[in-house]
Amino acid sequence: MSLLELNHVSKSYGHGAGRTEVLHDVNLRIEEGEFVAIVGSSGAGKTTLISLIAGLIQPDHGQVLLRGQPITGPGPDRALVFQNYSLLPWLSVRDNVALAVDQCLKHASAQQRRDHVLAFLKLVNLSAALDKKPGQLSGGMRQRVALARALAMEPRILLLDEPLGALDALTRATLQTELEAIWRQTRKTVVMITNDVDEGLLLADRIIPLTAGPAATLGPQVSVDLPRPRDRKTLNQEPCYRQLRRTLLDFLVGAGRRPETVVTRKLHLPDIEPEDLTLRPSIFSPRRPPRRRNEVKEVRIRIDS
Amino acid sequence: MNRFIHALEKCGLSFLVPILRLIRGENLDEQIRGILLNIGVPILAFVVFLGIWSSVAKSVEVSFGSLPGPAAVWTETKNLWAGHVDERRKATEFNERQAERKQEFLERFPDREWKDRKYAAKPTYIDQIFTSLKTVFAGFLIASLVAVPLGILCGLSKTLNTALNPFIQIFKPVSPLAWLPIVMILVSALYNPEEPLFAKSFISSAVTVSLCSLWPTLINTAVGVASIDNDYLNVARVLKLGWFRKIRTIVLPSALPYIFTGLRLSLGVGWMVLIAAEMLAQNPGLGKFVWDMFQNGSSQTLAQIMVAVFTVGLIGFVLDRTMMLIQKAVSFDGASIR
Repeated sequence: MSLLELNHVSKSYGHGAGRTEVLHDVNLRIEEGEFVAIVGSSGAGKTTLISLIAGLIQPDHGQVLLRGQPITGPGPDRALVFQNYSLLPWLSVRDNVALAVDQCLKHASAQQRRDHVLAFLKLVNLSAALDKKPGQLSGGMRQRVALARALAMEPRILLLDEPLGALDALTRATLQTELEAIWRQTRKTVVMITNDVDEGLLLADRIIPLTAGPAATLGPQVSVDLPRPRDRKTLNQEPCYRQLRRTLLDFLVGAGRRPETVVTRKLHLPDIEPEDLTLRPSIFSPRRPPRRRNEVKEVRIRIDS
Repeated sequence: MNRFIHALEKCGLSFLVPILRLIRGENLDEQIRGILLNIGVPILAFVVFLGIWSSVAKSVEVSFGSLPGPAAVWTETKNLWAGHVDERRKATEFNERQAERKQEFLERFPDREWKDRKYAAKPTYIDQIFTSLKTVFAGFLIASLVAVPLGILCGLSKTLNTALNPFIQIFKPVSPLAWLPIVMILVSALYNPEEPLFAKSFISSAVTVSLCSLWPTLINTAVGVASIDNDYLNVARVLKLGWFRKIRTIVLPSALPYIFTGLRLSLGVGWMVLIAAEMLAQNPGLGKFVWDMFQNGSSQTLAQIMVAVFTVGLIGFVLDRTMMLIQKAVSFDGASIR
């Protein structure tokens, strides 16, 4: 039995004529210990999908099963890291994590709970900022607190909803590396939503593209068999990486719509053709007037990326 | 030092900051300009106001002579204070005399019992102020105890909000003068113990104050709770927080800035309503004072009414500032309060 299963799940919003189907017939299977990335462009219904798994919303059709049991509501066994952190601004870093720990480890002693909080804040390198309020932290640090809060719940599945989407490129790269390291340490089952194919390739075991909405559905999955730990710099050189990247982008953007690289080259032909003067353009004749020589002497070369 | 300046700014005493900086010898020109603007301009405006007032007062004829000017009002302020001091002195003297007599009496008749008598003092102006403050705080407390929980429920439940909305809309604009007779009759009917803990007039005016000052807190709390970021509530759902825990750790702190804005408005409304309520309920306090002075109808009493007007204004200002300070102290984000 898979850890998480989605069977023919559909979800619509709105009523009557304004009703739009966001997800249509989504099927997904996630095994224990896997890191799965779901990649889709913005507006495709990624957040809807993860909210369904988290149990924040219910599907219209189909089932969401956790170990064969249907999910009826949210719970700490599926910890969710929100895109905009959702830290409580009136609580310190320590208290934000402690709120989750107190709720999930009700039977532990106060000391055990305190140690638990500190251990997870240490895991995300935040031991120095325990008593700061979220407002005093940078975006990257806030996301780390959110990650620590989610991990401290000791969930069965960690759900990440575009966890690094709101960060600048540099912080993002640092956090991706850290996230990979943390995942290798904890070996949690992770479902990550992202709009960045490279992020998925760097972190995930399996990438599943989500087609563009409305009525989005999951496309053919791509297994990422790159060795870990993965290094961003050397990854670029791997032919396998570029192959996977192209496959995913083709699916997401659509092969036809991908911008093509075309080079136009002038050919140097001997200038021996006479200019055609006989066929004059007439209003009644649909025929095109003869082409000029410099137009003829062109060749377009399409370069496959 | 910078911390102290920051604290001053937080207390709404930012007009003192240039003086402090001047003492420290920072940028002389700029600080003097700051002092002139922040302190000089209000003083100048006040002087102009006093000038206009005294010239208008001289030229306006009322039934008992001319309108009292600033000088007359100032004299009456001093008189009222002197009256208070005098009355307190008399009371102490009375108590001392009584203590002496009691001792003599008990020495002469050790087997008989002595009964203390209270000094039948007429309430002074200062006493009236304190009665008014007590009444307004009692009313404000009742209003807050009703409005905050009800507001939280309204904010959480759309159904309850829809159910209560017509009542809020209808009762909010009702004047205290309309509530008071109803409240007085109800209080007479319902509150009739042998030894009343509070005077009936006190209860009627306190309840009237709370009926009028309930609404801003109720509405603001409801809006504050309803506009909580959905993500915070989702956090509560994922963590499966219990209802009370959710209210305490997420809903209340998140809505606190709104709640305090409501409380601040409520206290302002309550203080304004109180004078009218006291006038009608004949509850000892500033309102009754104003009414009594009006009944006396002399130039002197009119000046005393004006003293009362300034007192009410000043106390209202102090109450508002105090609420603002508390609001800033308890809110998680000082920047969100204007």
